[in-house]
Amino acid sequence: MDFDLILRVLPYFLQAAIITIKLSVYSIALGLVCGAFGASARLSRYRSLRVAGATYVSVIRGTPALIQLFILYFGGPQVGIQLDAFEAGVIGLGVNIGAYMAETMRGAIVAVDKGQFEAARTLGLSHVRTMRKVILPQAARLMIRPLGVNINAQIKGTALVAAISVVELTYTAQRYIGSTYKPFEMFLLAGALYLVIIYVVGLGISFLDRKAALK
Amino acid sequence: MGLDFSVVPAYIDRLLLGALWTVGITVCAALLSFFGGIVFAVIALYAPAAIRWPFKAFAWLFMGTPLLLQLFLIYFGLIQIGIDLPAFVAGAIGLGLHFAVYNSDIIQAGILAVDKGQYEGARTLGLSQVQAIRKIVVPQAVRSVVPPIGNNMIALLKDSALVSVIGVTELTLSAQLAISKTFRPFEFYIAAAACYYIINLALEAALGRVERRIAAAR
Repeated sequence: MDFDLILRVLPYFLQAAIITIKLSVYSIALGLVCGAFGASARLSRYRSLRVAGATYVSVIRGTPALIQLFILYFGGPQVGIQLDAFEAGVIGLGVNIGAYMAETMRGAIVAVDKGQFEAARTLGLSHVRTMRKVILPQAARLMIRPLGVNINAQIKGTALVAAISVVELTYTAQRYIGSTYKPFEMFLLAGALYLVIIYVVGLGISFLDRKAALK
Repeated sequence: MGLDFSVVPAYIDRLLLGALWTVGITVCAALLSFFGGIVFAVIALYAPAAIRWPFKAFAWLFMGTPLLLQLFLIYFGLIQIGIDLPAFVAGAIGLGLHFAVYNSDIIQAGILAVDKGQYEGARTLGLSQVQAIRKIVVPQAVRSVVPPIGNNMIALLKDSALVSVIGVTELTLSAQLAISKTFRPFEFYIAAAACYYIINLALEAALGRVERRIAAAR
């Protein structure tokens, strides 16, 4: 173990960790939006929307995220979509995790007791108001923990964009191996930084979950 | 440059060969992750503290870092300490261990859900502790956790694309090799995605059958 070397490269790894965090935040935000649309579509009254939602979830969850990134980044220019690596990474990862989040959200909404919906409708609330005022606040609480699992997976999933040369943690580790020939140290350092990020995010999710449960 | 899928058929044999390797590494890693998961779960629940705690630390490390990084560490990092694994073996071990840790969590919950009387009854009938765990508790626990473990196997199939990065010529890398000759990324990645989707559907169908058989056997 070469600790001097680790200390010397640490600043560059911290910069890369910030890129990893940015990728995570943007792609998770996009994923939540895609997930909300996907879940609404799958629960819609209209068949065409249900089919569209189910197709999105099935295709994205049925193929590897790496392939999706490659299609977007390398295949995109062929159909007129020119993205830089970071943009492709955010969009590819966001759309990918969105499909998993759609299922998480749908599961939570379906898990709310049916009587709640019926009672609200009986009391004269419209469909939209029932969803907004009665079902979603209850479903939101059920979603926090499983969405936390999705988020945790996504932070680790950002390592994939190293394959389309976004200079995040994993790519930085690979790059410094090229110049130092110390794969063990570099990968352990990158791994340690991932652990820190995931640990902090995990604390945040547990906090939210406890707060939601107390109400 | 428009799209032209007519370039794909010329490489279909290589893609199919790649798909076979994808299935091969998925099966190897799935077996490792399943039996590894059982061993890990038993360690986490029954082993003495001196073994349990280092193991839990190891599991925490595996769950908190990306699979890609773990594959790199096993394939490139171990060379530094004199262990030079072939890419396929490194890939199967990396994927297998990664998912074994996730499976272990599920199997632990399954073991805890088995009625305590089963273990006590087995011990009363004269089985040793190891026999009671191996023959009575674990088989019941594993049956109850087939659906979530099946989900992990599906995730494993898709994550097997990552081993292309350490040079296993499976489906993804086969597509990349075809692209390097034809410069048609869109067509070949779509073709690869279609292959993954079909394998995925087959795997889901197979898992569904296993689940139904277990449900029927109860």
